[in-house]
Amino acid sequence: MIIHRPKNLNLFTIHFPLPAIVSILHRVSGFALFILIPVVIWIWSLSIGSPDTFDIVQQWLSSPWFKFILWLFLIPFCYHLVAGIRHLLMDVHVGEELKSGRLAAWITMAVAAALVILVGVWLW
Amino acid sequence: MVKTVLSTSHRGLSEWFIQRVSAIVIAVYSIGLIGYFASHSEISFAEWHGLFSNLWMKVATVLFVLSILFHAWVGMWTIITDYVKPYVISLILNVLIFFALLSCFFWVFFILWSV
Repeated sequence: MIIHRPKNLNLFTIHFPLPAIVSILHRVSGFALFILIPVVIWIWSLSIGSPDTFDIVQQWLSSPWFKFILWLFLIPFCYHLVAGIRHLLMDVHVGEELKSGRLAAWITMAVAAALVILVGVWLW
Repeated sequence: MVKTVLSTSHRGLSEWFIQRVSAIVIAVYSIGLIGYFASHSEISFAEWHGLFSNLWMKVATVLFVLSILFHAWVGMWTIITDYVKPYVISLILNVLIFFALLSCFFWVFFILWSV
């Protein structure tokens, strides 16, 4: 017996609930952080290598363009940290129900956004 | 490592556990470093260099980097498993990522060694 159930796998017409968006962004930000690993190691190696290269990094840090790029890089970091804490809380069964899960997703978004703004203010 | 993650016989409990433990190490270390930056507005080379010449900081940094690499390894494996269906290609990608992460570890390790 073949049951034909309605099926919709078109990503452009599916309505994504907020927890789904929070989840996929966690993956996207994690991938971005993976790509950034060598960049961070490289800058860190310059900052620790010698007083001259340390000065170069400090000069970079004082330029507005570099600050902006650094801020862009810190967005996936902030988000991944907050969403990761949500995952750890879910492991101990906090925010697993439909209602609390939606609330947790909202809180994740709000806290991550607040952190990103705070980091921006602090950089400037 | 490659063999255990790629084999289909086990249930992924160790990966699940690695992901949580490494996440906590990464979070603690990075929040600590953020606290350091927040409390020192002007950092000189001597201070910055001195921080990483402490033995405890070296140990903490090695633990941190190891955690990142394990964390990234499990995370990338998950992503590849979800989106890259041909077995050979996913195997090659996994192996490449494994060696990229391994070389990152040695990179950091040798820099720390020279500090």
